[in-house]
Amino acid sequence: MKPILEINNIGKKFRIQHELKSYLSLRDSVMGIFKNTRTTYEEFYALKNISFNVNAGEAIGIVGKNGSGKSTLLKILSKITPPSEGKIISRGRIAGLLEVGTGFHHELTGRENVYLNGSILGMKRTEIRSKFDEIIDFSGTEKFLDTPLKHYSSGMQLRLAFAVAAFLEPEIMIIDEVLAVGDAEFQKKCMGKMEDASKKEGKTILFVSHDLNAITNLTQKAILLKTGTIDSFDSSIKIVEKYLQNASAETTYRKQIRDEIHYPVISSVNIKTSFPDNTHVAEEKLILEIELLVPVQIPKTVTWMSVQISDFKEKGFVHVSTTSREIKLCKEPGVQKVICTFPRLKLYMGHYHVNVFLAGPPGEKIYDVVKNVCPFEVIIIGKEYDWKWRPELCAYFEDVNWNIN
Amino acid sequence: MEYEIKPQRKFDFGLKELWSYKELFYFFAWRDIKVKYKQTVLGFLWAILQPFVTMLVFTFFFGKLLQMPSSNLPYPVFVLSGLLLWNIFSSGVVNAGNSMVHNSNIIKKIYFPRLIIPLSAILVSVFDFLMAFMIFLAVLFYFKFHSNINIHWLGLILFLPISVLLACIASFGIGTLMAALNIKYRDFRYLIPFMIQTLLFITPVIYPISIVKSLVLKKILAINPMYAAIEILRGSMTGIYPDIQLILISMFSSFVLLFSGILFFRKTEYYFADLI
Repeated sequence: MKPILEINNIGKKFRIQHELKSYLSLRDSVMGIFKNTRTTYEEFYALKNISFNVNAGEAIGIVGKNGSGKSTLLKILSKITPPSEGKIISRGRIAGLLEVGTGFHHELTGRENVYLNGSILGMKRTEIRSKFDEIIDFSGTEKFLDTPLKHYSSGMQLRLAFAVAAFLEPEIMIIDEVLAVGDAEFQKKCMGKMEDASKKEGKTILFVSHDLNAITNLTQKAILLKTGTIDSFDSSIKIVEKYLQNASAETTYRKQIRDEIHYPVISSVNIKTSFPDNTHVAEEKLILEIELLVPVQIPKTVTWMSVQISDFKEKGFVHVSTTSREIKLCKEPGVQKVICTFPRLKLYMGHYHVNVFLAGPPGEKIYDVVKNVCPFEVIIIGKEYDWKWRPELCAYFEDVNWNIN
Repeated sequence: MEYEIKPQRKFDFGLKELWSYKELFYFFAWRDIKVKYKQTVLGFLWAILQPFVTMLVFTFFFGKLLQMPSSNLPYPVFVLSGLLLWNIFSSGVVNAGNSMVHNSNIIKKIYFPRLIIPLSAILVSVFDFLMAFMIFLAVLFYFKFHSNINIHWLGLILFLPISVLLACIASFGIGTLMAALNIKYRDFRYLIPFMIQTLLFITPVIYPISIVKSLVLKKILAINPMYAAIEILRGSMTGIYPDIQLILISMFSSFVLLFSGILFFRKTEYYFADLI
């Protein structure tokens, strides 16, 4: 059988414009207004020589750092932007799910938005009508069907949005990080639905995520993208391992803020390990420097920040949170720097990373979530132990007193 | 089903694909109409009130004070018939011109034939026209019983759809051109209202073309794509044949604009998501 997707030598070229300005003299500068400003272009490949095949029923993960070309590849596959080179042969209906709730309108009711969003995603009206009850049931928002969307909480909007997407029936599904949001229980429900789609219904899935656990659970094979080219295409577990090794050099995470922001965001996270290169000696001091960008002050409600340290399976080991009395966050617009110090990090040897959350009071808005940043390795040096420290021996060190009576 | 995704496709109007997405087109128009009237207190009344008040103002200044001739029709009927069609064009071009930028977050995230967006924006203007047409009928009946004017009802019924269609073609041609240009150069957002305002004065909405004496100037004014739509509607009511040569000039220019508008839009369409 022919592969359902054949990707042959895909490349995407962008042109970056440079303007040559000369400030030789005032006369020249003034005359420059009337002259054509000289512009040069620099060509830059967001993707180059991308070739791979996907067989029907396969689930393939795509991992890579920010800027490695993941989003561009997804945009080309879902026909949003054309490739500059190469060609893709598709033997099935592709549905691109780059975002949930595309086209949701705040003035329209839940019911109306289901129809609108479904139609945007390519469903026929009769199809939406026949699945309508199931969609609403899955989202759990039946009480608010005829309420305008603006009165929904962000969690409810998300659930409704995902519910519509979950009932799409294309042969090939292209999914961008849509699961990175929402509460844990709903995330689990979505993952379950996607696993069903892939394993039981035999749909072909291309899945991009930073959640490496989701990649290993959902997909058998994965692609590692590195600066616009395929670094390797292998089993998901091998790719995840390789990605973790590659990623370990980044000490600072910096958010790319493209659009106007209305709520505080976590603009950067920097880790200071006891050794350079993200290597930390067990039971030494670890410092995280977190920068918040506050567009408007949030004087009335309390803002909380919490920091989680977890492993690549998203199993949390440390979770600490600010207290509202001592740490006043986002009280005035501008940049606020928060320093989080662990005087003695007791984690056992292994690979970890940091997740940071910024939110209003419980039950209200979550301002920003930064996941899977500042990966670091904990090593053990100079700790007395006659046996060998081996992985999986324990999760953390504990103080202990031994006595003989 | 097998298809290819490649750079630089051969040019086609993409009408077949557009047809397969007709439901989405309907949903976009439905959304725009619904949202437009949901956010206002007076709702549908705005569609009626706005042309009616403009008619009163124009009647006072141009009809009464300036004694503008009005081709055998009472001035209010004359100006309102022009205004209704003009509004399809002006709001159609403005809405279509801004539609791509307004829907940029959808364009960046999902694929569908982009022509749907300006097309459905124009459908909203046609919907407004249908609402406003009720006030036109009321004005017609008022003058029918009040001053016993002679209206060719059959002509009106026959030629009204043609006029509306011509107005749609005119707004779609210029609207798609503006929509595509607006994405490349955001200056067009400021240029569109200015252009519409200027066009109003070189379109026979408030004055009849008969006040222009020079034949050459008449022909130049007839290049305006809205000329034919307005003249056909007025001619159908009075029973006076408009100058067929001028009508043909206007229709020809309308189709040239439609063709080049769609052509330009389709040529830039592939790169919209990169530009927005």
